[in-house]
Amino acid sequence: MTLRALLRLAWREGRASRRRLLLLVAAIATGTAALVAINTFTANLRTAVNAEARGLLGADLALASRSAPTESLDALADSLACGGPAPCDDRATVTTFGAMGYVPSRTGVRLVRVTAVDGRWPFFGAITTTPAGAWPRLQGDRVALVDPAFLTALGASIGDTLALGTLRLPIAGTVDHVPGDVGIATAFGPRVFIPGALVAETGLLGFGARAEYDIYLQLPAGADVQAIADTLKPRLRPDRVRVRTVQDEQRNLGNALERLGRYLGLVALVALLLGGLGVGSAVHVLIRQKMDTIAVLRCLGGSSRQVFALFLVQAAGIGLLGSTMGAAIGLAVQQALPRVLGEFLPVAVTPALSWPALATGLGLGLWTAVAFALIPLLGIRKISPLATLRRPYEAEARPSRDRWTIVAIAVLMASVVLMAMVQAGDPLRGAAFAAGIGVALAGLWLSAFALVRGLRRSFPHRLAYVWRQGLANLYRPANQTVSVVLSLGFGTFLLATLLLVQHNLLRSLRVDGSSRRPNLILFDIQPDQAAGVDSLLRARGLDPTPAVPIVPMRIQSINGKAVQDYSRDTTEVEGRPAGWALRREYRSTYRDSVVGSERVVLGSWWGPGTDSAGGPVSISVEVGLAEELGVSMGDEITWDVQGVPIPSRVTSLREVDWARFETNFFVVFRPGALEAAPQTLVTLVRVDSAAERGLVQRAVVERFANISALDLSTVQRALDDILGKVGAAIRFMAFFTLAAGLVVLLGSLATSRAQRLRETVLLKTLGASRSQVTRVAVSEYLALGTLAALAGLVLALGSGWALAHWLFETKFAVPAAPMLLLAAGVVALTVGVGLWSSVDIFRRTPLDALRNE
Amino acid sequence: MLRCENLSQSYRSGTGTLTVLQDISFAVDAGAFVAIIGPSGSGKTTLLGLLAGLDRPASGEVWLDGIALSALDEDRRAALRGAKVGFVFQAYQLIPTLTALENVQVPLELRGESDPARARALLERVGLGDRTGHYPAQLSGGEQQRVALARAFSTRPKILFADEPTGNLDQRTGAGIIDLMTDLNREAGTTLVLVTHDPDLAGRARRILRLADGHLESDTTT
Repeated sequence: MTLRALLRLAWREGRASRRRLLLLVAAIATGTAALVAINTFTANLRTAVNAEARGLLGADLALASRSAPTESLDALADSLACGGPAPCDDRATVTTFGAMGYVPSRTGVRLVRVTAVDGRWPFFGAITTTPAGAWPRLQGDRVALVDPAFLTALGASIGDTLALGTLRLPIAGTVDHVPGDVGIATAFGPRVFIPGALVAETGLLGFGARAEYDIYLQLPAGADVQAIADTLKPRLRPDRVRVRTVQDEQRNLGNALERLGRYLGLVALVALLLGGLGVGSAVHVLIRQKMDTIAVLRCLGGSSRQVFALFLVQAAGIGLLGSTMGAAIGLAVQQALPRVLGEFLPVAVTPALSWPALATGLGLGLWTAVAFALIPLLGIRKISPLATLRRPYEAEARPSRDRWTIVAIAVLMASVVLMAMVQAGDPLRGAAFAAGIGVALAGLWLSAFALVRGLRRSFPHRLAYVWRQGLANLYRPANQTVSVVLSLGFGTFLLATLLLVQHNLLRSLRVDGSSRRPNLILFDIQPDQAAGVDSLLRARGLDPTPAVPIVPMRIQSINGKAVQDYSRDTTEVEGRPAGWALRREYRSTYRDSVVGSERVVLGSWWGPGTDSAGGPVSISVEVGLAEELGVSMGDEITWDVQGVPIPSRVTSLREVDWARFETNFFVVFRPGALEAAPQTLVTLVRVDSAAERGLVQRAVVERFANISALDLSTVQRALDDILGKVGAAIRFMAFFTLAAGLVVLLGSLATSRAQRLRETVLLKTLGASRSQVTRVAVSEYLALGTLAALAGLVLALGSGWALAHWLFETKFAVPAAPMLLLAAGVVALTVGVGLWSSVDIFRRTPLDALRNE
Repeated sequence: MLRCENLSQSYRSGTGTLTVLQDISFAVDAGAFVAIIGPSGSGKTTLLGLLAGLDRPASGEVWLDGIALSALDEDRRAALRGAKVGFVFQAYQLIPTLTALENVQVPLELRGESDPARARALLERVGLGDRTGHYPAQLSGGEQQRVALARAFSTRPKILFADEPTGNLDQRTGAGIIDLMTDLNREAGTTLVLVTHDPDLAGRARRILRLADGHLESDTTT
């Protein structure tokens, strides 16, 4: 047979079951669409990041440090940017710090991020403001620009006066877009931009205040930025100055976005695999129904290879058509993605065609259809021409367990792993993901199988007839119960897992109304202000916790080895302290008792009193940090507390529940050594009403400008917001898997259509009313949907628990209502789709039972 | 028991209308055994469908046990069938997901009744007392048709319609089914309307209605 003849025959043969084949096309199309959409989007994102790269940093080079630039750093910056010691306008300094901002004529107050700009930064990329062109006013005018969110939060408007510490400035406009900025970044605190020269007037950058200083440089044209950065980095590291370049920024951002894209792509791959599963299952049933056709073709002289090729061509046709349609849909869908993900994107993404993404989608779609169809198709070779004469009743076209089937299964599994590896962009992660899908599918399959088996074994004989009939239909011959449960269940599983993770992450921060736990934290309190703050709060009828001292310090040496010596080790080997933990600033406290959110796991807590004078002070270190520093019981750490070395010895390790809204510390000192050190204090207080919380913050800030306040409900709202948006992005993709599941359901309904028609009409002939046959159908779909929802939920509970337990390390709780709602939704969808596809079946007159024989 | 007058049926097909039955009138007494015969395409099955209220005629009227079918809506006709009519089909038409016993009970269950003892007795009567828990797929063609017979009699119908009940069976098994059917018919005093193109089978009926091209060609009583 020529290829042409084969194609013609395949087309003619497929004509009769076009409706069914179309659904298989849709199953492949759904997954391909998701894949093409997300991959095209990721490609466009990469293009956009590269195009706007210079704007991401706003400069060629940035020198960032946690302390005010030293004279030598200043001189270095000048020589780099201006070619000499004289300052020029090719360098700018941006100081960023947290402070309480308010508008005197309004009631509220917000913790804001103050960005003080000194110089004409950004050198590249434009900052858009309302009114337009307000940005340059920061270089000279006494004005402030703010995030629109700040105005919204305080109910203020442009022209009002901004109060920051002791500084008062008119708000000249809002900053709408800063290149390289992620929209969601303002969730925790809106930004306020002020002229750099006015920082001192705020009076806020006193002792204990945390600020970041960035020196931005525009290098002379032709300078090799990366080479300069590479020589600067090791030189500036001991001074804790970070060197950032456009390339660094681009790489970091690119990597982060790539990961996001790849993760979403993997979810899309699941949708495609579910579609493939649907194709495999439908082909299995189709082959059974086509046994006559196949036997006749064999009788007429077709070799088993020809017949096999005929159906393989059909499968490939399904794959090709499905992936083409999917690609077209995907290209349309990706136009919507920037809107879904926009809050996370530092660059504007222009939807455009990406050939590699398109080719990947088409290839994977086609391959999925063929690979999944292959196993059931192999059964064709076993159908003998004799079947035209003698057809064993209800013959099973079981996939034979021969050599080729094993090869086909191996090929299928290998290709799934390969697809996951390609999509994950990292072999190990891809393999892990494939294994994960495998485990999830196996779990779903097991629960579906167990549920069906259990139903069959202990059939509820006491149920009303229509229910029993509906349930019995789940294991009618050639049923696709398991594949439908699998595909719908997977969608449910993804959505439910998402719900669980979101719930458990947020729950740990939630303080319910009846709880007496503090919800407002006041920090940066100077020791001489502590009594004043306490009495101010008590005067308002509040009961603040005793103020907790915080002493900033750095590690000087561990067991006698200086931190600088570690710095030369560029590689990080296990057991050796990681750079961050060594160089970071620690904010430690001292106290004589253990608090509720911590637990001593090794060693013992010190008793009352102090260590003997002259010896090292006892400290308790958080377990995770101890691991990172590579220290344990008895090790000696010498701290640099504002220039004073304080030796200490580890006498206990603690586990800390960081999720609690309390003052928690990496390192706690035994009283006696730090009392004289420079320190600030923190106090927590419970304020019930939101309005009163605003008033309290305002009262504190007006009297003690340097004190910052953090409202737990604001943090919660911000987290809610962020998780909600991350969730939206993942849900967007998860819905594709649910859609794939529904298409598989539709496909299975189409495949069993003749059978269901026969049954329905028979029941009518035997005296069933229309409502009875409808109820039979409803009970069938209800059971199917419940099975799928249940299987998905059971699995999601497992994975949700595992994630909470091992990844987020929080206690696991189940949000019953949303989970039930999700399950109900899946069940309703299943019943709805099932009934919708059966409407015309119910309409047929019973005479068809006699005719269609 | 069963009467039809001026029964006509036609279907719209593409360009024109296709007349399948034209002006058929006859009456069947209670307890009678009538065979409707004729070549393929003569309208036998259509007539059976109209007599049993499975479809509405283009014109004419059918009275089943004195009730005019045209006055009933689809659900009432279904209820009437459930109460008074039994069916046996060429392809047995058992529900594959139910056991033999459950299949026999379906018509009763649709009426909201349950009588496993009677279903069991009927299966004993058709010689399948030991196969009650088997699914259709586990039964041979003849056995399946015997289950279908037991199902047809489960509601003690006043009239039994059989459409080529032996069409899918070998001669010996077919003969056994017909014997069983006529025996049950006699025992229960049921009216039996049999559609067939097999002259031998028709010969066992006391009255033969011969259809040709949608007309009643002859009405012979032996």
